[in-house]
Amino acid sequence: MKALIKKLTEAYGPSGSESQMRELVREEIRNLPDYVTVDSLGNLIAVMKKKTRTGKKIMLSAHMDEIGFVITHVDDRGFARFQNLGGVNPLACLGSRVRFANGRLGVIGIEARREDPGRVPGWHDLFIDVGADSRESSGLQVGDAAAFYRPLEEVGERLVGKSLDDRVGVAILIETMRRLKRTPHEVAFVFSVQEEVGLRGAGVAAYGVDADLGLAIDVTRTGDTPNGTRMAVRLGGGPAIKVRDSRMIADPRIRELLLERSREAEIAVQLEILESGSTDAAAMQIARAGLPAGAISVPTRYIHTPSEMVEYADVEGCVTLLTAFLQHPIEI
Amino acid sequence: MAKKPSRTSQKHSPRPAARKTRSGRQEISTDIDLLAGLSNAIGVSGAEGAVRRLVLEAIEGHVDEVRVDALGNVLAVKRAARRSGQALRLLVAAHMDEVGLMIVDHDSDGSLRFGIVGGVNERTLLGQPVIVGPRRLTGVISAAPIHLLPAERKNQPVKPNQMRIDIGAGNQETARRHVALGDRAGFATGFAQLQGAVRGKALDDRLGCATLVTLLRGGPYPVELHAAFTVQEEVGLRGASVAGYAVEPHAAIALDCAPAYDLPHSRGTENVRYNAQLGRGPVIYRVDGRTLSDRRLADFLCQMAENAGLPFQIRQPGPGSTDASAVQLGRSGVPVVSMSVPARYVHTPAALARLDDWRHAAQLLLLAVEQFNPKVLKPLT
Repeated sequence: MKALIKKLTEAYGPSGSESQMRELVREEIRNLPDYVTVDSLGNLIAVMKKKTRTGKKIMLSAHMDEIGFVITHVDDRGFARFQNLGGVNPLACLGSRVRFANGRLGVIGIEARREDPGRVPGWHDLFIDVGADSRESSGLQVGDAAAFYRPLEEVGERLVGKSLDDRVGVAILIETMRRLKRTPHEVAFVFSVQEEVGLRGAGVAAYGVDADLGLAIDVTRTGDTPNGTRMAVRLGGGPAIKVRDSRMIADPRIRELLLERSREAEIAVQLEILESGSTDAAAMQIARAGLPAGAISVPTRYIHTPSEMVEYADVEGCVTLLTAFLQHPIEI
Repeated sequence: MAKKPSRTSQKHSPRPAARKTRSGRQEISTDIDLLAGLSNAIGVSGAEGAVRRLVLEAIEGHVDEVRVDALGNVLAVKRAARRSGQALRLLVAAHMDEVGLMIVDHDSDGSLRFGIVGGVNERTLLGQPVIVGPRRLTGVISAAPIHLLPAERKNQPVKPNQMRIDIGAGNQETARRHVALGDRAGFATGFAQLQGAVRGKALDDRLGCATLVTLLRGGPYPVELHAAFTVQEEVGLRGASVAGYAVEPHAAIALDCAPAYDLPHSRGTENVRYNAQLGRGPVIYRVDGRTLSDRRLADFLCQMAENAGLPFQIRQPGPGSTDASAVQLGRSGVPVVSMSVPARYVHTPAALARLDDWRHAAQLLLLAVEQFNPKVLKPLT
């Protein structure tokens, strides 16, 4: 699965510009689902049809989009001003390399004579330099989107790269499709769009799929770095089963089912309470007349920077847990 | 002082807004009297009745169906030209409501306390003439005599809860007889035509309403055109949300008014945060505060403009949004895009827009609707 994760994290796909990711996923899941559709916002929905009468209709979601940048102005000398797409911290941007849809690279610079150099910079202090010397030669237009550009690296037992949020979730869904030998359920694997700008893709996908229950596969923060967030999740502790985050209280029945499956399969897991941030599951839970929703999270350090870090064993654990969940009958 | 709507605005000549040229292509002419009437009418969010009446009157006889929904949206349908096959349902939305004030209390001297409805630029309120309630009473927002203010207060901002609307009632009882709690107040700015420009209140989004009326007067078009004149946009896109649910369109275009924050910097540096610029043509949206536009629709609008030699600009990504956001996220999702006329000083008592920008926006909309076809929405790969 490492090669798959590498391919996915290195792909380009800021929110609203997911088409390259969509093609990549479509290629990877060829022949696995019974059918594949793309909805009007660009969610890729791969469905394995129901095999038994008592099976449930389950929506799984991992988002294809990543945080990024969008051009707001290109000046006479070809420097581009920009805004964030999704929750990026300007501090994570200094010196970063970015890439546009057509492959053009740029670096992020900062005004030296900004008003108050002692303060945390704002977006208007930063610019992207694509190596051009005029507006025309930059080839950039207002509205063009860029994303961080970094290769995935192995560091000890861990992986470091951009957009592990949520390409690692995408990889988990794809790998689960490959390993899932039998399931009594109808399973809609949703590779969603526009999560980073407000769970927009998952909301409309959930309306379209109209499932009995839903699970998001996404990353979560950890509390295991020096003077870090206070949080009882750590790298290497196994898949994190969501209890609560800032937009959702996970359905307790889903949480218990996941815990039961993890005990049976002897997978180490941890419970997750995330105080800032949320996942596609929050949008699923309130779609139409509502549905029981939960999430399996991959513990991740340095989220929304160009160097997010996960432990590979945790990722493997997520696939095992999700596969076990889908193979078993579900009573709610 | 308050001006009545110009006389011609109530009974404009019934000339068609869109007419065929010799080449067969439809030309569009914007209707300044219509815009004047719409701008002068007061329709603060949730109390859009005066604007709704003008809209209903203006589109009468030009649409196949029209109804007013539970929230007050005007939903009109113009059936497709060719009935063969299933025509695409295209929703075009423009909001009728404007930002303004709501009366919340009668003070002991007969002056009125008020709250803010929508994103009013509060620094522009002091001393403004206003029109209050359905009976259009004239009033003025209080302001202290500057020479009586202690020095330390001269530069302090004044909050709306420190201001009153004075309708000259003299005492509480008289004020109560004339104005009910919850009545809205709007700015009394009269619409005016300037040098190639217009100035008026509520150009956001009466420009969009006027453009949409003009579109409905032309046609029929190759699409089933659903026009939504929406309510409560300025307080959170509430009207558009239910209109989108009801129409369930294949695609939607929101017509709005883009703030142009484009004056040159006083210190002479390049202004790189202008949102939109006056005189550069219709504003096409790719990214705003709440919407990532459908790429196919945004590209289509740009292409139409380029083909016709019309100027256009891309709105700077940043805060603010339009009805498109609410429509996009309705049901299982709708491809959307927004297109605006740029205007300076929106959400203040007097906005200013250039007539050429409005004309070009109306022309671009007409072209887009005339040439809209299923290929525009080719499935996402």
